[in-house]
Amino acid sequence: MRNESLKQRLGFGVLLLATLIVVVPVLSILVLILLKGWGALSWKFLLTMPRDGMRAGGIFPAIVGTTYLVFVSIAFALPIGVMAAVYLSEYARDNWLTRTINLAIINLAGVSSVVYGLFGLSLFVIFLNFGVSIIAGALTLGIMTLPVIITTTREALRAVPHAYREVSLSLGASRWQTVRHAVLPRALPGILTGAILSIGRVAGETAPILFTVAAFYLPKLPTSLSDQAMALPYHLYVITTQIPGIPESYRYGTALVLIGLVLVMNITAGVLRARYRKKR
Amino acid sequence: MTAGGVKISVQDLSVTYGRVRALKGLSIDVLDGEILTIIGPSNSGKTSFLRCLNRLIDLDAQAKVRGRIRLDEEDIRNGLSSEDLRKRVGMIFAMPIPLPLSIRDNITYGPRMSGQIDKAALERIVVESLRAAYLWDEVRDRLGQPAQKLSGGQQQRLCIARTLALNPEVILFDEPTSGLDPISTAKVEEAMIELRKAKTIILVTNNTKQAARVGSRTAFFLMGDMIELGPTADMFTVPRDRRTEDYIVGRFG
Repeated sequence: MRNESLKQRLGFGVLLLATLIVVVPVLSILVLILLKGWGALSWKFLLTMPRDGMRAGGIFPAIVGTTYLVFVSIAFALPIGVMAAVYLSEYARDNWLTRTINLAIINLAGVSSVVYGLFGLSLFVIFLNFGVSIIAGALTLGIMTLPVIITTTREALRAVPHAYREVSLSLGASRWQTVRHAVLPRALPGILTGAILSIGRVAGETAPILFTVAAFYLPKLPTSLSDQAMALPYHLYVITTQIPGIPESYRYGTALVLIGLVLVMNITAGVLRARYRKKR
Repeated sequence: MTAGGVKISVQDLSVTYGRVRALKGLSIDVLDGEILTIIGPSNSGKTSFLRCLNRLIDLDAQAKVRGRIRLDEEDIRNGLSSEDLRKRVGMIFAMPIPLPLSIRDNITYGPRMSGQIDKAALERIVVESLRAAYLWDEVRDRLGQPAQKLSGGQQQRLCIARTLALNPEVILFDEPTSGLDPISTAKVEEAMIELRKAKTIILVTNNTKQAARVGSRTAFFLMGDMIELGPTADMFTVPRDRRTEDYIVGRFG
């Protein structure tokens, strides 16, 4: 008896340890960035243009650029991804075409981000003649997040019990009405989770925007989608490796803002999701 | 109570799932205004039969259906869209599944999907359907609340009300009380017997006593064949086939 309970404690102890090991890096990243970056934070840092070759002033254009990229790419990828997932999960029959599409989506998720950047450069920047611009970068990022959105949406649709579809159909609803009124509302929280994951990736990726949108140093705000823009992750790379003599707190301050921006967007989406769940 | 002409005519109906034959050439006439109860052990083809009648079986890509089913002389595969068919032939499932909506919106789901938008008409449908399903008195004050908060027995009566909202001619019950306590079961049976006055009812049940209580005729299915069909009273007193008798007295199944 005692032996069993000892074993059990030991077992749970190991599981707890594994959990702690997961939490430790997250906490240390946060603490490190907060400690080293907090000092740089000020309204001036957040809301003014960089000066003196980025050695002084703020990071406002990079914040604006990243915000643009997030919204434009999600506006492009979310509807397309959700529609594709609905088609694959609710309409497509299981045949070789569907299986090929599924394989393509899985492989799309495995393509490294710098390859997306190269692809965006050749398709959007050069072939479609968008130039190095927000629209070219946002579309590249959007394509990169499509597999994430499709996969999470499809999982969310699959999690809706089959019985709901049968009930709706048995009440004389068409297949589209069933998807629209019985299935999608229940899948919406899961779909928003996919959108949240994508926001994090879009805001944080450097490679896909490298050749398609990011400006090295551009101390003015973009006025249209065909303008170049600065972006936080690329700016962080530039001030960390390309320019000597930048105060350390600037680097960590920029990282802090990047993390904070993603956090704010995630919380917004999370609140939307919670509010939607409560409404039901 | 009086059974009229033929409501549903089934000829040589077969269902196969891959190599498994669930229903082997079934022919049966369902009479207008009767309660046909179907008994039999699991895997005898009862549920497959029901799902053919409202074409819900079409959802199963594996299932192959052959044979002819007519509803009032109309072929349900060629003459009718599946949406129109299902408005005329309603179904109550074994587990009550309220949609994640309010009580009111559950009831009006079917009519709204077929284009009814008149608020007053919808409200009338809510009241009438809930009354007919013996649920009105219990929920009249909380129509706006989520239907999933109701008890299991109330949910099943809600599902009956939701089906009644479309005013179907035929209602298929697929073991509707298998998850309910005796009191809830009695209420569902009460609703069923009351409905017989205006509807044709087919009840699949694992509960032979229930089949005896509410049926006007009873069919016994075994491994995809219909072994026996006759007036319920005869079936439970003087079954013609020995297998029917064995099943009824509980020697197998």
